[in-house]
Amino acid sequence: MSVAVAVPERVVRRRVDAERGLRGALLGLFALFLWVFLAWPMAQIVWRSLHDNRGAFIGLGNYVRYVSTPAIGVSITNSLGVASVAMAVTVALAFVYAYALTRARIAGRGLFRLVAMLPIFAPSLVSAIAFVYAFGNNGIVTRQTGFNVGIYGAKGIVLAEVFYCFPHAMLILMAALAAADARLYDAAAALGASRVKTFMTVTLPGVKYGLMSACFVVFTLVITDFGVPKVVGGKFSVMATEIYNQVIGQQNFTMGATVSVVLLIPAALACVIDRIVQRRQYALVSSSARPLAPGQGRLTNALLFGYCALVAAAILGIYAVIVGASLVTRWPYNFAPTLKHYRFDTIGGYTPLLNSVGVAALTAVVGTVITFAGAYLVEKSRTAAAGVLYMLALLPVAVPGMVLGLAYIFVFNAAGSVLNRLYGTLAILVISNLIHYFTVPFLTATTSLKQMDAEFENVSASLGVPFYRTFWRVTVPIALPSIVGISMYFFLNAMVTLSAVVFLVAPGTELAAVAVLLLDDAGESAQATAMSVLIIGIGLLARLVYWALLRGVTRRTQAWTTATQEPTSTA
Amino acid sequence: MADPRPPAVALEGVAKRFGGVIALRDVSLTVAEGEFVCFLGPSGCGKTTLLRIVAGLEPQNAGLVRMAGRDVSRLPPSQRNYGIVFQSYALFPNLTVARNVAYGLETRRLGRAGVEARVDALLDLVHLRPHKQRYPAQLSGGEQQRVALARALAPSPSLLLLDEPLSALDARVRLALRHEMKALQRRLGITTIMVTHDQEEALTMADRIVVMNHGVVEQIGTPADIYTEPSSLFVARFVGHMNLLPATAVQPGRARVGALTLRHRPAPGVGPGMAVTLGIRPEEVRVGAAARDLDNRLTARVTSVQFQGAFTRLGLRGLGDGGVALECDVAATALADLGVKEGAEVPVALAPDALRAFVEPPGTHA
Ligand SMILES: Nc1ncnc2c1ncn2[C@@H]1O[C@H](COP(=O)(O)OP(=O)(O)OP(=O)(O)O)[C@@H](O)[C@H]1O
Ligand SMILES: [Mg+2]
Repeated sequence: MSVAVAVPERVVRRRVDAERGLRGALLGLFALFLWVFLAWPMAQIVWRSLHDNRGAFIGLGNYVRYVSTPAIGVSITNSLGVASVAMAVTVALAFVYAYALTRARIAGRGLFRLVAMLPIFAPSLVSAIAFVYAFGNNGIVTRQTGFNVGIYGAKGIVLAEVFYCFPHAMLILMAALAAADARLYDAAAALGASRVKTFMTVTLPGVKYGLMSACFVVFTLVITDFGVPKVVGGKFSVMATEIYNQVIGQQNFTMGATVSVVLLIPAALACVIDRIVQRRQYALVSSSARPLAPGQGRLTNALLFGYCALVAAAILGIYAVIVGASLVTRWPYNFAPTLKHYRFDTIGGYTPLLNSVGVAALTAVVGTVITFAGAYLVEKSRTAAAGVLYMLALLPVAVPGMVLGLAYIFVFNAAGSVLNRLYGTLAILVISNLIHYFTVPFLTATTSLKQMDAEFENVSASLGVPFYRTFWRVTVPIALPSIVGISMYFFLNAMVTLSAVVFLVAPGTELAAVAVLLLDDAGESAQATAMSVLIIGIGLLARLVYWALLRGVTRRTQAWTTATQEPTSTA
Repeated sequence: MADPRPPAVALEGVAKRFGGVIALRDVSLTVAEGEFVCFLGPSGCGKTTLLRIVAGLEPQNAGLVRMAGRDVSRLPPSQRNYGIVFQSYALFPNLTVARNVAYGLETRRLGRAGVEARVDALLDLVHLRPHKQRYPAQLSGGEQQRVALARALAPSPSLLLLDEPLSALDARVRLALRHEMKALQRRLGITTIMVTHDQEEALTMADRIVVMNHGVVEQIGTPADIYTEPSSLFVARFVGHMNLLPATAVQPGRARVGALTLRHRPAPGVGPGMAVTLGIRPEEVRVGAAARDLDNRLTARVTSVQFQGAFTRLGLRGLGDGGVALECDVAATALADLGVKEGAEVPVALAPDALRAFVEPPGTHA
């Protein structure tokens, strides 16, 4: 009875109206942005690594030379070694700390958490400078004890990196530990399992993905970091500093590109695995899970408290050294207080700091607009093209800053290119920050968009209201907490980043973090610490503003978000 | 007497596929001005897809969509002039009830006072004026549904589309809203298409029902038509309850069920020897004294007595080998006169003009 009518594969296309055109145009702009500032530079760096310095194609010649020249090839094993050790130490230390903060009943948990977050507000090299002040040849500890630990080299890099990566690992592990299911612990207790056994069979497996994720994140942070090895590495060469040496020291751009591509591999690999692991972690959290109340034996609590106090004291100590060194006449010979280091006379005053604040603010504003609008356009237009853009937006997290910076030199410092005009401007610094830190905000925005009813746009279309109006009146207000978070993420990172911008600053566009590096390099460590103190101060201030903003937003949105809990008859 | 005006909605040969899945094939139907039409069918039959094609939210692979004679097949949703209520309501959580309802009015040149007046009028219509300043999260499910309805109606669209608007509500609220929505639709005279998988909802609310199955239209008709004259076995099973008896056609108007030969309504396309299915609704089965002098009579044993409130459902089994199983509804008032209990033997009649013959053997569309 049923007639077999063939249904064509192609759909009847909608006529293009103004709104659809606008949507397409915006998506096109977003694609263009990602193409010019991400895909094309990355392609360039690969392309250049296959050529010699005169532009002749030599295939894998550079790579062969890289691994077979001991002087530079050693940076590969050095990088991997340092990153692995720092990863193991950081995750182990952070795990105990996170465990104490989530699972034990100890006093001052809020304070401990706050102190451990401090390293996030400083460029990575600040911790290295502090270690030099403490343990360097003229360090205060070295002078007091007469014992030189030999900070320059692998030892110093690991120490400083552990300090720098600690909060990142701690946050991931705290999240994993907080997601525990109390029912499993009840079951273990009912079966008479000992504490150690419960820890091995319940606690560890429960946070296994969190542990792995923390490992990958720390590994990536260390292997891509440039500031720390630059300051305390000495003659110990790692890949990130090798790129810098090749490009800035020897003007050997193609070898710089070659090292960059090799550095991409472990960083990208770690990111991909981390994403897979994170997806598993979500699947692990059951919706019927009962949260675990913190509580441990008395002795354990005391031990954990002691541990946290020790770690927090160490972190505070590092900061104390930085603040102290910036305020005394000449560390460690003359401790008379002075503010002269805050005059920054060798670098012409406050221009770098003001530039940094300006760039960070611009990055925050423009970055928030682009990531949120981009995520919106990609999420709402379910086409194959949008899928490609989504994948592209995930790429930056795997690109080390040094690699991005060098790629930008290739693209924006090429003679005869229109893009050349961007070189040497603050705009290029803003853009490189945007791309460098693109992925996390983009995913945050996507997640918050996915939580909204997919029919909002359809309802508006049926009411004859254009999508951009609904975007502004409904989508943005609902997502405001994430939007504030995104802008803060951009701001803080832009304040402290060094690796990408170190290749891109020019006379007049110096940045504070780069100034720290240059001052330290020039032997003006006191001014470097003064600059660090200001960077940290601005970061903390921004954090305060963020809290205030978030509270304001929460108060404004409370009316419609918590309404279900309190059905009041206001009408 | 043909209506000179073109139908409010006309679909011609609409087809849709999602990759390898054919969601709709060759769907044609019309909805008259002011009519309330229900798309009814089991889950996954393509009702929502069809509604979204009418709305322009999903592009069809073939076919035309006309509204009031105008071909809108290639127009975006914003140019089709309809209001829509989704199953989730999709109310804007950050806007008050009044702002939600005003949402489609603000882009029109009505002026602040004009918008206010229209919002008040609509909130009166759905009895929500006192809740004007509340946020959606402060309303019950039924109230939210009414806000969504008011918002959809605010710009005075010529067509109202509803996708399972009542399915998220509990039974009591659903029943009340059924009547309220139907009354509202009558009062406004707005052409309405509603998707539902609840046959009772369709029977009570619709002027006409479009019964769908596996992406094709099985039957279009008034609730009474659909109920009394199901055109296929699928419709007979899906709408209401029906006794189905596997049979073999013997001659026009007669079929054999086991040892019995029964007369049935004339059915086109039935030839001698064909496997057919005879169907009769439980309330059409006559028992006891009422069956005594009728045609198509048999004797059956009462196997169960189920009290159902207004009526009682009897389970019956014809005597003899391979006796047919039947269900029969007896009105509460008639039951006392009948005086049956389990195990009793009663005469049963299947009136020939109530006994329908379907060509498909039972088991298809299972
Ligand atoms: N976006 C989509 N992608 C792929 N397949 C789809 C999509 N939407 C619907 N389908 C398929 O098309 C068919 C019809 O779906 P539709 O949602 O129209 O069913 P329905 O009749 O509304 O069902 P329900 O009562 O469950 O809502 C189903 O087989 C469904 O799986
Ligand atoms: Mg549906």
